Amino acid sequence: MIQLKVNGAVRMYDGDPEMPLLWYLRDVLQLTGSKFGCGMGLCGACTVHVNGEAARSCLTPMSAASGKEITTIEGLSQNGTHPVQRAWEQIQVPQCGYCQSGQIMQAAALLKQKPKPTDHDIENAMSGNICRCGTYQRIRQAIQVAAGGKAEVKA
Amino acid sequence: MSARVRLASRRDFLSGVFSAGALVLGARFIPAEAGEAQSATDGTKMTWNPSVWVGLNSDGSVVIVAHRSEMGTGIRTSLPMVLADEMEAEWSKVRVEQAMGSEKYGSQDTDGSCSIRDFYETMREAGATARALLVNAAAARWQVPVDQCQAQNHQVIHKKSGRKIGYGELAEAASKQPLPHNSTIQLKKASEFRYIGKGVPGVDLKDMCTGHAVYGFDVQVPGMVYASIERAPVLGGAMRSFDDSQAKLVKGVQQTVVVGHAKPPYGFQALGGVAVIADNTWAASQGRKKLKVEWDLGPNAIVQTESYKRDLIATASKPQKVVRKAGDVEGAFGSAAKTVEATYYTPLLAHASMEPPAAVANYRDGKVEAWAATQSPQDVQKTVAEALGLKPEDVTCHVTLLGGAFGRKSKPDYVAEAAILSKKVGKPVKISWTREEDIHFDFYHSTSAMYFKAALDGAGKPVAWLQRSVFPPIGSTFDGKSVYGDDGEMGMGWTDVPFDIPNFQAENGPAKAHVRIGWLRSVANVYHAFGVQCFIDELAQAAGKDPIEYWLATLGPARKLDFKGQVEKFSNYGKPLDQYPFDTARLQRVVEAVADRSGWANKRSNKRAVGFAAHHSFLTYVAAVAEIDIDAGGKVRIPRVDIAVDCGPVINPDRVKAQFEGASVFGASIALLGEITVADGSVEQGNFDKYPVARMNDAPRETHVHLIPTGDALPTGVGEPGVPPMSPAIYNAVFAATGKRVRELPLRKQKLA
Repeated sequence: MIQLKVNGAVRMYDGDPEMPLLWYLRDVLQLTGSKFGCGMGLCGACTVHVNGEAARSCLTPMSAASGKEITTIEGLSQNGTHPVQRAWEQIQVPQCGYCQSGQIMQAAALLKQKPKPTDHDIENAMSGNICRCGTYQRIRQAIQVAAGGKAEVKA
Repeated sequence: MSARVRLASRRDFLSGVFSAGALVLGARFIPAEAGEAQSATDGTKMTWNPSVWVGLNSDGSVVIVAHRSEMGTGIRTSLPMVLADEMEAEWSKVRVEQAMGSEKYGSQDTDGSCSIRDFYETMREAGATARALLVNAAAARWQVPVDQCQAQNHQVIHKKSGRKIGYGELAEAASKQPLPHNSTIQLKKASEFRYIGKGVPGVDLKDMCTGHAVYGFDVQVPGMVYASIERAPVLGGAMRSFDDSQAKLVKGVQQTVVVGHAKPPYGFQALGGVAVIADNTWAASQGRKKLKVEWDLGPNAIVQTESYKRDLIATASKPQKVVRKAGDVEGAFGSAAKTVEATYYTPLLAHASMEPPAAVANYRDGKVEAWAATQSPQDVQKTVAEALGLKPEDVTCHVTLLGGAFGRKSKPDYVAEAAILSKKVGKPVKISWTREEDIHFDFYHSTSAMYFKAALDGAGKPVAWLQRSVFPPIGSTFDGKSVYGDDGEMGMGWTDVPFDIPNFQAENGPAKAHVRIGWLRSVANVYHAFGVQCFIDELAQAAGKDPIEYWLATLGPARKLDFKGQVEKFSNYGKPLDQYPFDTARLQRVVEAVADRSGWANKRSNKRAVGFAAHHSFLTYVAAVAEIDIDAGGKVRIPRVDIAVDCGPVINPDRVKAQFEGASVFGASIALLGEITVADGSVEQGNFDKYPVARMNDAPRETHVHLIPTGDALPTGVGEPGVPPMSPAIYNAVFAATGKRVRELPLRKQKLA
């Protein structure tokens, strides 16, 4: 029996310990905010926080999640009020929106580590998260806004 | 306001769509009729439904139907916003409801960058009609002349007395008003627009930022099982035998099911194979890995990209079918001061939307209910019906949000898979493709070879231009004999080259497809613009001229192009030339704008590596300048892109800019990274390791979008036209940086350092 905490609630799991956390979140707990994109840790769409750090849930077996505190996009804040989520709304980052849960979780973890990230920090932290719609420019802007900067007005 | 995609229950559906059906095909405005035959929405009963697009409740809440699919363009916001504006509805009181597949809405196939241009006026008329009925109802209640009354922000005002009455209070009375004649409907003046040209926050924005947005991959219905299908690795392959004994031992696996093989032409059919049915996605995929299947790979198993590419290039080197002819190119080549020749090549591409194809289907009693991330719910109805021997109206299709699509999700083969399996197992079945399936079983963007030859006079001016393109056409997916591009593909940057060259000839050669070919964001424009826009840059170089000055000189005097006498049928994206002329003055304007705003001349004199391209597609005029750096390792970085756009009047400016920002990244993926190859008939790539797409560190660092609208024109396409000029602009910048002319996509394969 594996015990873990998801968004503050204690959960018990006795299925295949090799099953990635992503499928436990999505298929069992019906927390579908964490997305499948590649299954190989190449795209970041499944990013959650494990004990406060960004992790790819598609590569995290349930056995490795045992005893851990998991935060998903649904648990990042009450009603989307995390500074990163607010900045995402303000800059209107999403297009299709599918990768944005992972982008937001990755950005939130970055800001926790580096509250005032440089441009280089942002690129380093975010280049593992693919956005096929191409919202990268707004992701950069939104992270700067969430870090307390001002939104640049672009021609 | 709840903005979530509503997954209507079966009961909702029965009370909605069946009764509302058939009324409406092709109608621009749908008159109100008694009873529930006039439901605005599929699931919600409204006090008043002045058309299939809108309903009003007595509490003042408004439901506006989004009948186009949301895949990232913001169309679920932009079209309802247009209706709300004309209706003078307060946006905070509007809820957007996603339409199910139904012919009553006209075309729902969300592709071709046409949602705004095909439905802008429909939405305006629907909104204006609702507004007129509300004003008439208020005037009747007050017993005052209609022209003393005015609708304003969800209420009607009697101007003389200052009396006001809210929309909700008028709903019942408005529903009894006679429908005004179309000719009496007053559309707003542009100065009166409340939302059009300004925009509102996206209806799905909040949900997308909190993980609550529902995509096809996220659909869960009670009693649902999960399926994963092992398919033949080569198109046209068939199963010889299979052993599922190990698969059935996997915990959570329930059963295996054989799905019959698709027969050519493949169209949108389910490809077939062996499905593993399980309790969850993971168990299904683990079970599938344990299947042992022997395939008869069929005739395509001999296909190799290397030899296929050689054949395309060889075909392009010989005279082919003439698709546009002006003057005499061969004569001009004979007497030219200088000739330039070049051959370009582009590979197959996969769509690789972030959400792979996914759907849920539930077959019961000869009917199917499906939930799908689809660009075309009516094609879902047709395809599922064909697969199961039903009628399209026996299939309902709920449309979820789409996690990207780019053309892939117009092809509902994956929904057919779910429906076939549901019928076989007697339960709702979810099919959700892995990334490997998505890349391995795509409807690929076509590969092409293009040959160019031009003659320059003594001053370096082009006097003759010959071009030949060869590519397996999209038609091959629907007709195995199809080997030439159709009018649509030819009209995408090939027969409609706008240059003013007296001797001009375009040709198209045959190519047989061995994979499923489909449309991808901007379609044939991708390769045609790449070839044409790089080749004109080569001519500027040969003539020793500034590329933009040379380009504008070659474009010639301002004129409207119809290609009469040169092209048999100029498709013009299906639109009449009198309403949507191809006006070179507008092309010139965006070119001049991008040269100015990008600081082109300055950058060139400062030896910055800049490249330029301009292209007209989906009736929109786009010019781009890309600035690049190449580091010591040969990696191309793109610090800045400028894009100037004339798409007619702009409805939702922030979303228009977002589409062009995104197109610059999509174009960077094509230029730098994208390539699908085939070995022994089987696609060699499967995930983002072998099929990379642009990440933050590959994408343009800054994309500046300059909207240069022509206000008195009609609105034109936005989703696709940003893509075509990107790869040639980047390649022309590579030439500026290195002096090396690369004529093949993608750059990843070149040594630049």
